[in-house]
Amino acid sequence: MIKKIYLVGNPNVGKSVVFSRLTGVEVIASNYPGTTVEFTKGYLNLEGQNLEVIDLPGIYSLEPTSKAEEVAVKLLNELPKEQSIIINILDATNLERNLFLTLQLIEEGFRVVVCLNMCDDAKHRGIDIDVGKLENFLGVPVIATCAVTGLGIKNLIQRLKEAKPPSPKEKLTHQQRWQRIGEIVETVQHLSHRHHTLRELLEDISIRPLGGIFVSSVIIYLSFKLVRFLGETLINKIFDPFFFGIYKSLLINLSNFLGQKGLLHHILIGELIKGEIDFRQSLGLLTTAPYVEFAMVLPYVFAFYLVLGILEDIGFLPRFALLLDNLLHRLGLHGYAIIPVLLGLGCNVPGILATRILESKRERLIASTLISIGIPCVALQAMIFGILGKLGGFYVAGVYLVLFSLWLILGLILNTLLKGYSPELLIEIPPYRFPPFLVIFKKLYIRIKGFLFEALPIVFLGVLFVNILLYFGWFDLFTGLFSGLVKGLFGLPKEAVISLAVGFLRKDVAVGMLVPLNLTPKQLFISTCLLAISFPCMATFIVLWKELGFKDFLKATLIMVISGLIVGGVLNFFLH
Amino acid sequence: MNKLSLVELKANQKAKVVEILGGVGLKQRLLSLGIYPGRELTKVSNFALRGPVTVKVGRTTLALGYGMAQKILVEII
Repeated sequence: MIKKIYLVGNPNVGKSVVFSRLTGVEVIASNYPGTTVEFTKGYLNLEGQNLEVIDLPGIYSLEPTSKAEEVAVKLLNELPKEQSIIINILDATNLERNLFLTLQLIEEGFRVVVCLNMCDDAKHRGIDIDVGKLENFLGVPVIATCAVTGLGIKNLIQRLKEAKPPSPKEKLTHQQRWQRIGEIVETVQHLSHRHHTLRELLEDISIRPLGGIFVSSVIIYLSFKLVRFLGETLINKIFDPFFFGIYKSLLINLSNFLGQKGLLHHILIGELIKGEIDFRQSLGLLTTAPYVEFAMVLPYVFAFYLVLGILEDIGFLPRFALLLDNLLHRLGLHGYAIIPVLLGLGCNVPGILATRILESKRERLIASTLISIGIPCVALQAMIFGILGKLGGFYVAGVYLVLFSLWLILGLILNTLLKGYSPELLIEIPPYRFPPFLVIFKKLYIRIKGFLFEALPIVFLGVLFVNILLYFGWFDLFTGLFSGLVKGLFGLPKEAVISLAVGFLRKDVAVGMLVPLNLTPKQLFISTCLLAISFPCMATFIVLWKELGFKDFLKATLIMVISGLIVGGVLNFFLH
Repeated sequence: MNKLSLVELKANQKAKVVEILGGVGLKQRLLSLGIYPGRELTKVSNFALRGPVTVKVGRTTLALGYGMAQKILVEII
């Protein structure tokens, strides 16, 4: 008769970690509130019965205040109360605030089991909670756990059957409830004085203006260095040696076998540059396609998502949001919008999806437009470093400067033109916690898998498409149409049209296609900027459409095209 | 008694919430995070140029936008 188990709790209580312990299913567990707008499902075998376990988005109370909370409350009321068990997860280091939701759930008559999580962290902070007394107060089972190590999870599963509908209780007003919580905490919680740990000191410093700027700058700088270091090391030590050492000799044999010419040779190997296979320029399915994806882009994707995953889980992002609140307000957003933006630096698709954590439609339009125009995805950035970086760091920095300025200017304009106002920031700043490696690597694995599944087919199709166009010399049909615009306004050769068009498929392949054109540094710089700004790739396009609706999607597209034209033209006429 | 807003309160000062100006929605949101009339809190910091304000309520640290902080009236204790 029990059909479902719901996991309910405040944001940042380690709910998703408990979930993956219970179900063994891979989920993304993050430290900032609001990631799991879409709930996650799994199964738990309880005494021979396979029960559905649902991980709800974090909520502070049963009165929803955002889209994510609405989803959670709706799901909770889907089934009659007798048919579900609620595992209410509490952060033991912050019993008081967490109990508000617990009392509400019990008052409403749900079958509740309380999981007092993060007990180890509470001990470190000198917090001692009498579990037996708490159980007496609440009248429901209370189990202490540490989900990160798995401690207490077995006990939790065993005691699920003790969950009974509580005896009817009178409903308290919110103020009465806080009073009651005060009494409970007074009795069950004992605080012993501890010297402030280094971590607590850092937590405190990072939410003060000067300290915050300092800590954030250091973290961002180190993250950037780490991504570059990991990416370059992977390329130089693993991928390049493999491609140039082992893989290339195999391809040379194949090329000779195919007689170094013909359609099949052209499709698989591509054109020989000075009689040799050139991974960057040959444009074959077995040469350029795998090289660009695996040896140029994948190492950076790996490095970026590893670092981002750690930043998400240690509790840095809300502190960063705090610092940027002021600036982002001027763009019609608030500090929290930095989270979708950072995700967008990996890939625009999850970035745009994450704009759901923002309250208003207006904010979502501004954030999505800014992400798709001014935020280059990691694949594109990897190629910018790989190709433009050869001319000098100055050019790479230039691209970022152009994008960032455009981002600011567009935000200011949108904020002025669009009706409405920007809502205020209201977020919890969670404590710093170092996430378990298991969680970080699971998350990294899911993201890389997702990247490969989405990117690889399109990369290969894109290369094949261009390859065939080249073979049959159909270039001119394509280039002729836009050559006037590209030549006159942007000062680029007409062949660049193909690259810009391919940018709609994949940005990384598109940048790669600029190499054989022998562009001047200025031309290469302009076309890279154009690729970043003008049109997002197909996947981003579809998500934009879905998330914004057709009307706002058209607006966003129009803004992109106009910005691309203006920036390309301005750069062409003012740069020397 | 001197009522002042969270914005005017100085860093590291302790105060008690007396009134929350603003709609039911805002009151509800703040209440579920533990900010309601009668509650004690400590201001941690505020950011320059109408930036956000951070406060400690119990063991929770919260960041509030400038406009929101202006609507929370407190008295120093």
